[in-house]
Amino acid sequence: MSLRDIINKNLTHWVSGNGPDNDIVLSSRIRLARNLENVPYPNRASAEEKAAVSKSVIEAISQQNEIKLHYIDLADLPEVEREVLVEKHLISPIHAKEGMEKGVLLNDNETISVMINEEDHLRIQVLIPGLQLDKAWEIANNLDNLLEARLDFAFSENWGYLSACPTNVGTGLRASVMVHLPALNLTNNIGKVLGAVSQLRLAVRGLYGEGSESAGNIYQISNQITLGHTESDIIDNLKSVTTQIVSQERQARKLLLQEQEIEVKDRIKRSYGILKYAYRISSEEALKLLSNVKLGIDMGIIEDVDQGVLSELMVLIRPAHLQKIDGKELTAAERDIKRAELIQTRLNM
Amino acid sequence: MLCQRCGKKEATVHLTKIVNGEKTELFICEDCAKETGQIPFNGNDPFSFQNLLAGILNPELNSFSGIESELKCNRCGMSYKEFTQQGLFGCAYCYDTFDNKLDPLLKRIHGSTRHNGKVPKRRGGTLRVKREIEELRQELQREVERENFERAAELRDKIHDLEDKLGGE
Ligand SMILES: [Zn+2]
Ligand SMILES: [Zn+2]
Repeated sequence: MSLRDIINKNLTHWVSGNGPDNDIVLSSRIRLARNLENVPYPNRASAEEKAAVSKSVIEAISQQNEIKLHYIDLADLPEVEREVLVEKHLISPIHAKEGMEKGVLLNDNETISVMINEEDHLRIQVLIPGLQLDKAWEIANNLDNLLEARLDFAFSENWGYLSACPTNVGTGLRASVMVHLPALNLTNNIGKVLGAVSQLRLAVRGLYGEGSESAGNIYQISNQITLGHTESDIIDNLKSVTTQIVSQERQARKLLLQEQEIEVKDRIKRSYGILKYAYRISSEEALKLLSNVKLGIDMGIIEDVDQGVLSELMVLIRPAHLQKIDGKELTAAERDIKRAELIQTRLNM
Repeated sequence: MLCQRCGKKEATVHLTKIVNGEKTELFICEDCAKETGQIPFNGNDPFSFQNLLAGILNPELNSFSGIESELKCNRCGMSYKEFTQQGLFGCAYCYDTFDNKLDPLLKRIHGSTRHNGKVPKRRGGTLRVKREIEELRQELQREVERENFERAAELRDKIHDLEDKLGGE
């Protein structure tokens, strides 16, 4: 099997597909928390009660033909396969840990996932490439309606959709975007921008790594507040902030070319060189260099690699994917070598 | 990196909050950390949501009377004290059980205590009708201002019908 085949087989739509502003906005996500009225939440339910939740959700899905989803019982999956789902952002890390009666419903291109018996009975998620929050909401809302017609969701006139954690009550909506902001970082503007964002009741976190730097300059921005606003207010707020960040990142890229052209080109080409010739590489270093290469592609400095390389490789170079592609368990040291190999093959494609 | 709260001073305090298994990180300066009462302690993650919640509810915890500490959801058995320790409700009925304690908590988290979003078709109860009446009232006012009295009369009838429907339930 060629690497292209392997990539196509393993990659999920938000990684392999395209969307508006995809050069900077890698993906848009909508997540809805829903619970059944008469069953204790997963933190307090018995195994039998949780099994009954799974059963009734699967049944509700099978009673409609509009959206096709297949069910995976996470207990049936080996650990590496569960981790693959985490690396694709289809389930949460907590959901992948061993536990009773946890499952996930997925559609064929993996744009929809419904976690069952995570912190809430249901977590409906739609994840698509580019800045497409409205489209993601439309899909999630439609699925929510189909389920609501068949399941008794816990809903209160005062507090809206009732969730296990008080931070999700009301709309149960968490909207988020994943953005790549290398130029804002290189021009030392990232702190200012993210600081402003967090005052708009949005939460920002670096996707990978600890400390003030996010390896790969990838950030996730999401709404903090779920109660008191309408879904469209929450989504519009995130959308307009994201649009502003996108335009600031584009400005910063122009500025970089004007004021530090030589330094930037050198940094990008050196990163490309290391990725092309390294014998082994850690995921942190790889992400850092891939971010530079992606910036080079977006700015027209690197022309022989396509735009999707960052999204694809940021998922493929993670431990579970490397082990799945290789078909066996790998030590950290072995993974570093496999990672370098995989990156080279992909860059030469 | 600059403080994410004031945007002025260098961020020296790193806050990690874990909500729903998702880590949220915040970098703020020492002054802002002091001001918001988020000064790091030794030991394990003091900024987990659960601890934050316990902090929010701390005055309540201190003023526990015997009756309050026995407040318990009769559906799932979750006590109010357990709720403040875990930061999670045990079931949908916990909300009603802890009703009069929730407003200050929700206000702190969301800045609001009332849902304004989607209302489910089947389970929305009377809320759908109430929202519709509210919208019709606003429309009515606009029509009256435009001296469009014929349309206003129609709307008034519609509102009365809906109010009857509410009263009948
Ligand atoms: Zn500050
Ligand atoms: Zn309860």
